[in-house]
Amino acid sequence: MILHELISYETLRLIWWLLIGVLLIGFAVTDGFDLGTGILLPFAGKTDLERRIIINSIGPVWEGNQVWLILGGGAIFAAWPQLYAVSFSGFYLAMFVILVALILRPVAFKFRSKHEDASWRARWDIALFIGGFVPALIFGVAMGNVLQGVPFRFSDDMHIFYEGSFFGLLNPFALLAGLVSVAMLVMHGATWLQVKTEGAVAERARTFGSVAAIATVVLYAAAGVALWAMVDGYRITSAISVAGPSNPMFKTAEVAAGAWFANYAAHPWTWAAPVLGVAAPLLALVFLRLRRAVPALLASALGIAAIILSVGASMFPFILPSSLDPRASLTVWDSSSSHMTLFIMLVATTIFIPIIVAYTSWVYKVLWGKVDGQAIADGNGHAY
Amino acid sequence: MDLDIVALSRLQFALTALYHFIFIPLTIGLSVILAIMETVYVMTGRTIWRDMTKFWGVLFGINFAMGVATGIVMEFQFGMNWSYYSHYVGDIFGAPLAIEGLMAFFLEATFVGIFFFGWDKLSKRGHLATTWLVAIGSNFSALWILIANGWMQNPVGAAFNPQTMRMEVTDFGAVLTNPVAQAKFVHTVSAGYTVAAIFVLGVSAWYLLKGRHVQLAKRSMTVAAAFGLAASLSVAVLGDESGYLASEHQKMKLAAIEAMWETEPAPAAFTAIGFPDEQARETHYALHIPMVMGLIGTRSLNTEIPGIAQLVERGELLIRDGIKAYDALQTIRAVPPGGVVPEEATAMFESKGPSLGYALLLKRYVDDPRLATPEQIARAARDTVPPVAPLFWSFRVMVGLGMFFILLTGTFFVLSVRRTLDAHRWLLKVAVFAIPLPWVAAEAGWIVAELGRQPWVIEGVLPTAVAVSNLGVTTLLITIAGFAAIYTVLLVIEMKLMLKTIRKGPEAHAPAALHVPPAVQPA
Repeated sequence: MILHELISYETLRLIWWLLIGVLLIGFAVTDGFDLGTGILLPFAGKTDLERRIIINSIGPVWEGNQVWLILGGGAIFAAWPQLYAVSFSGFYLAMFVILVALILRPVAFKFRSKHEDASWRARWDIALFIGGFVPALIFGVAMGNVLQGVPFRFSDDMHIFYEGSFFGLLNPFALLAGLVSVAMLVMHGATWLQVKTEGAVAERARTFGSVAAIATVVLYAAAGVALWAMVDGYRITSAISVAGPSNPMFKTAEVAAGAWFANYAAHPWTWAAPVLGVAAPLLALVFLRLRRAVPALLASALGIAAIILSVGASMFPFILPSSLDPRASLTVWDSSSSHMTLFIMLVATTIFIPIIVAYTSWVYKVLWGKVDGQAIADGNGHAY
Repeated sequence: MDLDIVALSRLQFALTALYHFIFIPLTIGLSVILAIMETVYVMTGRTIWRDMTKFWGVLFGINFAMGVATGIVMEFQFGMNWSYYSHYVGDIFGAPLAIEGLMAFFLEATFVGIFFFGWDKLSKRGHLATTWLVAIGSNFSALWILIANGWMQNPVGAAFNPQTMRMEVTDFGAVLTNPVAQAKFVHTVSAGYTVAAIFVLGVSAWYLLKGRHVQLAKRSMTVAAAFGLAASLSVAVLGDESGYLASEHQKMKLAAIEAMWETEPAPAAFTAIGFPDEQARETHYALHIPMVMGLIGTRSLNTEIPGIAQLVERGELLIRDGIKAYDALQTIRAVPPGGVVPEEATAMFESKGPSLGYALLLKRYVDDPRLATPEQIARAARDTVPPVAPLFWSFRVMVGLGMFFILLTGTFFVLSVRRTLDAHRWLLKVAVFAIPLPWVAAEAGWIVAELGRQPWVIEGVLPTAVAVSNLGVTTLLITIAGFAAIYTVLLVIEMKLMLKTIRKGPEAHAPAALHVPPAVQPA
C-alpha cells in the first residue's frame, strides 16, 4: 500500500501533534465544565434540590464528554505509542489516583439519587467533588512536570526506566500548574452553571466563577514568570530527520535556560496563545458580571484552549523531555507511530470527528434550556 | 526481569479485565433488547412496551455506568503496567482502540444520555433512533476491541522494524479482516446477548413467581426467550474455537484445551471429561468420544491435530531460529546510522525475523538469548505450554453451560409460543437460579482465550514476561489492593441497587404512561 505516502511523514507528524492538542482541548473544554461543576457542587448547592439541579445540569452530557479523555488516551496510544508508554507508566501512581477519581464519578452520578437518605447523598457529593478536583489538579501537575522534564531513560532494547517518585511530582512549579488547571476548570464549570441554572445556584456560581477567573489569570501569569525564571527548557543539539524512524535515541539534546521561550522569540505570532490565555478569562469575568452566560462560557473555553496551546507552542518540537537523559526526550519527529498508522488514523479521524461534532451538537440542542426543580420532577426517575 | 512484577502485573490485569467483563456482556446484550422492545412500542403504540423499555433501561443504566468506570482503567493500564508492550505493538494495537473511541464509544456514550433524558424531548421515532444508536455503538465497540484482541491472538499484517525496535503495521486490511477477530466478535457479542437474555428471562420469571407485573414480565420473557435462543445457538455454532486453527500459533491453545498430550491419528477423539495431570503429561480417567475432536478442529476426517509434545518440539526449533534472528538484529543495530549493514545479517533477519519473539522467551533465564544453554532452550520450549488443567476445565464449564442455555431458552421459547409461560413454577425457579450462570460462562470464556495465550502477550511475537513496565513490587501491591477494595465496594453497591430496582419493579415509571392521554395514542 503506497496510499499513505500521499501525505508526507513530516506533515502527518505535525498534524498528529496538533490533533493531540485538539483532543486535549476537547477534553478540557467539554469534560472541563463537568469537573469544574463537580468541584463547585458542595459550594454552589446548599439544599438537596439545588445539588440535584447542579448534577442534572451535566447529567445527560458528562458521559459523552468523558469520551474525549478515552479518545485522547486511545489516540496517544495509536499515534504516539512511546509517549503513551513513558507517561502512563512513569506517572503510574498519579494515573492510579486519577483512575480512582474517574471511577467514582460515573458511579456517583448514577447512584446518588437512588436513595433518599441524606448521609448516602452527602457521601456521593464528596465523591463527585473528589472526582472533579483530583483529576483537575493532577492533569495540571502532570503538565507542570512535563515542562520541567521527567526522569526516564531507555535501555538498549528500548525498555523504559522511570527513576522518579510519586512525591517528586509534587514540586512547587508543578503544584502551581495544578492550581492553574483547577482555577480554570472551576471558572469553566461556573460559566456552565450560569448557562444551565437560575436563582440561588446561578448567583453563587457567578460569584465563584468571577473569583476563579481572576485566580486563573493571576496563577497563569505567575506560572509564566516562574517558567521563565526557574525552569530550564530543552533543545535538540543534533541534526534531526523530520521523516526519520521513530527512535528518540538517534538524536542528542540538552537542557538550556530559556529554551522554552525560543519559539516565542522566533515566531512572535505564537504570543497570541499566552496573550489570549490572560485576556479570555478576563473577558469571561466581564461577561459573568454582565450576566451574559453563553458568551462567558465561550470566553472561558477560549481561555482554556489558549492556555493549553501556549504550553504546546513553548515546548515544540518536544513532547516529553527527559531530565535524566535529554537524548531520550520524546519529540514530534522521533516518537510517533509509523507513517502508515498515522495516515490510517488520520483517515479515521477525518471521517469520524465531523460526525461526532454533528451528533454532539444535536444532543446539546435537544437538551438546551435551564435545569430547574420542575425538570427534575419531570425526570420520571431517570433524573440523577 | 523480575518474575514477581510479571505475576503481579498479570494479576492486576486479570482482576480488572474480569471485573470489567462482568458489565460489558450485559451492556452489549441489553442495549439490543431495549432497542427491540422500543421498536415494538413504536410499531404497535402499546405503552406497556415503552414501560418495559424504561424499566429494563434503568437496570441497563446502572450497569452501563459501571462498564464506563471500569473501561477507562482497561485503556490506561496498557501504558501503566505494560509499557514495553505499548512501545512494542502500539503502532498496530493502538489504532483499533482509538477507532473504537471515535466510531463506537462516542456514539454509545453520547446517546445513552439522551436515551434517559430525552423521553419527553424527542419524537417517538427520534427516541427509538437514539436507542438503536446506543445498541449499535456498544456492538461496534465490541468489534474494535476484538479486532485489537484478535491481533494479540493472531498477529497478522505487521513486521518488526529493527530501527525503531517495535512491530509496525504493513497491511491494515489484514488486521481488520483477521479471521480470529471475526470469530471472536461473533462469539463474544452472541455471548453478551445470551447474558442479557437470561438476565431478563430470570428477573421476569421472578415476577411471575411473585405474581407481580405479569403482563410486563410475560412480554419481556417472550422477547428474552426468542432472542436468547438465537444468541445461544449462535455462540455454540460460531464458537471461537473455529478461529483457533486459522492461526498457526493457536494450535497450542487448542491442544491445551483438549489436554491432547500427543498427536493422535486423524480424526482425533474428543475428551469429554477427565483429569489432566501436567506433571505426568497425561489425562486420568479420560472419557473419549471418537472422531469428534478431529471433526470440530479441522472439519475433516484426515487432517491431524498436533499434540502438546509435538508443539513443544516445534517450539524448540523456533527458539533456535529466534536466536539466529536475535543475533542478526544485534548486528544490524550495531551499524551506525548511514552505515552499511552486512548482507548476510539482513538476509538472516529476513528469513528468521518472524521467530524473533521465540528468542525473547529465553529472557526469563538469560539476558542475552545467544548465550542460552541447551537446557535453558528446552525449558523455554516447555514454557510455551499454557496451564492445561485450568484451560481444560474452563472450556468444559463454558461449553456445558452453553448447552444448558440453549435448552433453557429453547424451553421458554416453546412455552411462549404455547402461551404457557407461567404454567410450570419449577421452570420459572430454574430460570431465576440461572441468572448468574451466563456470567460464569463468559468469565470462563475469557480465561480460555487469554490464559490459553500464555506465555505470550502477542502470540509468537512478544512474551508476557518481557512486556511489563518496570514498576516496584510495593507500587503494584498498592494499586492491586486499591482496585480490589474500590471494585468490591462498588460491586456490592451495584448489586444492591440492581436488586432494589428489581424489587421495586416498574411501578415507579407507571405514571409516565399517564402523561399521554389515551386519545393521542395510536391504536
